Amino acid sequence: MTDETAVLAPSAAGSERPAAEGGDRRQLWRSRRYRWDLRWSPYGFVAPFFLFFAAFGLFPLLYTGWAALHQVELTDPDAMTWVGLRNFTRLWDDAFFWNALRNTFTIGLLSTVPQLAIALGLAHLLNYKMRGSAFFRVAVLTPYATSVAAATLVFVLLFGRDYGMVNWVLSTVGFGPVDWQNGPFASQVAVSTIVVWRWTGYNALIYLAAMQAVSADLYESAELDGASRWQQFVHVTVPSLRPTIFFTCVVSTIGATQLFGEPLLFNGGAGATGGSDHQFQTLGLYLYEQGWVNLHLGRASAIAWAMFLILLLIAGLARLLRRVSR
Amino acid sequence: MRARRRLVTAVGAMGATALLLAGCSQDPGEAPAQGGSTGGKAKTTLTVGVFGAFGLQEAGLYDEYMAQNPGVRIEQTSIERNENYYPQLLTHLGTGSGLADIQAVEVNNIAEVTATQADKLVDLAKAPGVDKGAYLPWKWAQGTAKNGATVALGTDIGPQGICYRKDLFAAAGLPTDRAAVGALWAGDWNKYLETGKAYKAKAGAGKAFVDSASGVMAAVTGSSAERFYDAQGKVAYKTNPAVRGAFDLAASFAVEGLSAKLQQFTPAWDQGFSNGNFATVSCPAWMLGYIQDKAGPAGKDKWDVAQAPKPSNWGGSFLVVPKAGKKAEEAAKLAAWLTAPAQQAKLFEKRGSFPSASAAYSLPAVSGAKHAYFGGAPIGEIFARAAEGVPVTVIGPKDLVIAQNLADIGMLQVDQKGRTPQEGWDAAVKAIDNALEQ
Repeated sequence: MTDETAVLAPSAAGSERPAAEGGDRRQLWRSRRYRWDLRWSPYGFVAPFFLFFAAFGLFPLLYTGWAALHQVELTDPDAMTWVGLRNFTRLWDDAFFWNALRNTFTIGLLSTVPQLAIALGLAHLLNYKMRGSAFFRVAVLTPYATSVAAATLVFVLLFGRDYGMVNWVLSTVGFGPVDWQNGPFASQVAVSTIVVWRWTGYNALIYLAAMQAVSADLYESAELDGASRWQQFVHVTVPSLRPTIFFTCVVSTIGATQLFGEPLLFNGGAGATGGSDHQFQTLGLYLYEQGWVNLHLGRASAIAWAMFLILLLIAGLARLLRRVSR
Repeated sequence: MRARRRLVTAVGAMGATALLLAGCSQDPGEAPAQGGSTGGKAKTTLTVGVFGAFGLQEAGLYDEYMAQNPGVRIEQTSIERNENYYPQLLTHLGTGSGLADIQAVEVNNIAEVTATQADKLVDLAKAPGVDKGAYLPWKWAQGTAKNGATVALGTDIGPQGICYRKDLFAAAGLPTDRAAVGALWAGDWNKYLETGKAYKAKAGAGKAFVDSASGVMAAVTGSSAERFYDAQGKVAYKTNPAVRGAFDLAASFAVEGLSAKLQQFTPAWDQGFSNGNFATVSCPAWMLGYIQDKAGPAGKDKWDVAQAPKPSNWGGSFLVVPKAGKKAEEAAKLAAWLTAPAQQAKLFEKRGSFPSASAAYSLPAVSGAKHAYFGGAPIGEIFARAAEGVPVTVIGPKDLVIAQNLADIGMLQVDQKGRTPQEGWDAAVKAIDNALEQ
């Protein structure tokens, strides 16, 4: 045995050093690779999104900004004439733009506020222990799963002036028929109704998920203190949901600013004018009309960027409001 | 091919199909059988891009061509509404990709296409089988660009009659025979208004004489040679007495309470047909099928069609062949065949789209055509007479935008919101100015 080791020893010793060196290097390499892996792999994993975002999000955004500084027509998109900020400055005097902005604001208000209020109440009800809760939770989401086109076309029929069901119901309780298409306020209410109908369930489910994360202890202690269901809702549920409510407000505001499909189709498929007096033409609709009906890509791009800037402005205001309210 | 200002046939599918190309499916099992057994020469596939229910496929013309040319297979893609179809066509022409071998163009867009896209389209005057003499001269001229190349071949046109309800006319003590009805207003649109007043005096509440004031306006403007552009190609609708006259005349229908206050091609308008709450509608040839669809079996033998006060045209389409296509030569051959008089006559026979090739008018399919739904009216005769009287219209690149705003803003405000004609006109002018300003 000893003999053997003695024989083997030199060779082993001889091989040991390079092996150790190699092991060192390998270990070094391995640890370096480990560090690289730790540092760079996450970037690799998120890269696909950002590559796609760059190609299909950032590039169009920048290109739209570039086009907004030019006079360019859809009939010949390659022929661009530099006009500087003219497309933006003329929006200032554009009565149609201001009208669309005003409509977007009022329709946004008319749809977002009831939508979130109803969603909160609905979520509270869904949060009770009851039979078939899964059914109701799914049912509440079905309007969201319906396509805008299908839903809106049904609403167009419901809100019809001559043969609409809404007017029929109104007449049975003694009100005169309302011209939902032409009344400036009536048409905006009608469009808002479609939005509320579609999005309430969606928001309700978000609230419900957040409600279920609220610790049961809070309710228990509130109950011990003698708080009623309503008091629990106001003093426990709503404060705990504040970040969620803020989130849904942001999402709904973005949605309301970009409102497009409902008012487009509410016109009965008669174009992007938003009614004969532009009474329910939103910014999104005006952008579409400029770009794809009148074929002015430059002007449409300027409206798109104006919408983007308005959203940034709202986001800034919301942040400020949050900081103040805290 | 039912070229109209707006194409709404299957309203239910509208929004969803806005961006979706509904490819036409071929008969199941057909392709494998042929490809497998013969193994012979490869088929050339030609694609045709259209809007709405264009009719070429529905009339069986593709099948006929494929039967005559076994080496060719035709596929059609359709977008429901021209408002969605046309901008997409422009972007595709701009990038030279995504185009079908043959594309349809609506008459209101044709001036813009010939003025701005002619260099991207094949000159079809030289395609085999194309005979300039077979076409109505004004239709041929519309498809011809400034450089002399005829880049678009006409399919159908929209000569107009007046469709009317016999039962409602009888109830109001008016004649019901189509010759006598035509005689009520022959030669003058004002007489149409007078008839309306006479109708209203007896028809009772809830029954209107026309569907919409804008429908009347479209018909009246369609009977003047110059409309929105002058002969020099400048926008002139504001000062053209023909346009203002048409606007004011149509507005009087609203002011006098003769209109059902509907907006054309909306669901409410469709319901108006099935409920029969208006007695007349100015109808281009392509609208007969629409009325038949919407009024349904209950309206059979109630509707009839009479001569319009003046010959007038509303709508019509063209076929173009983009140069970017790899099979442009084959496509040109197909486009020429599809628009030849014989095929146009078949299209009229099956679909009611009136031929733009005057050579087709003497063919029995046209000259002897009768429409069973409209009381067996001799529609070939009625519309051919109208077509031959249509003036050579000056059309401009922004005809569609101008016509649309005059109707959907100006006239609609008068009709539905009760504004004065002057207020409606001013609103339309403001919207058009904004739309034309680059």
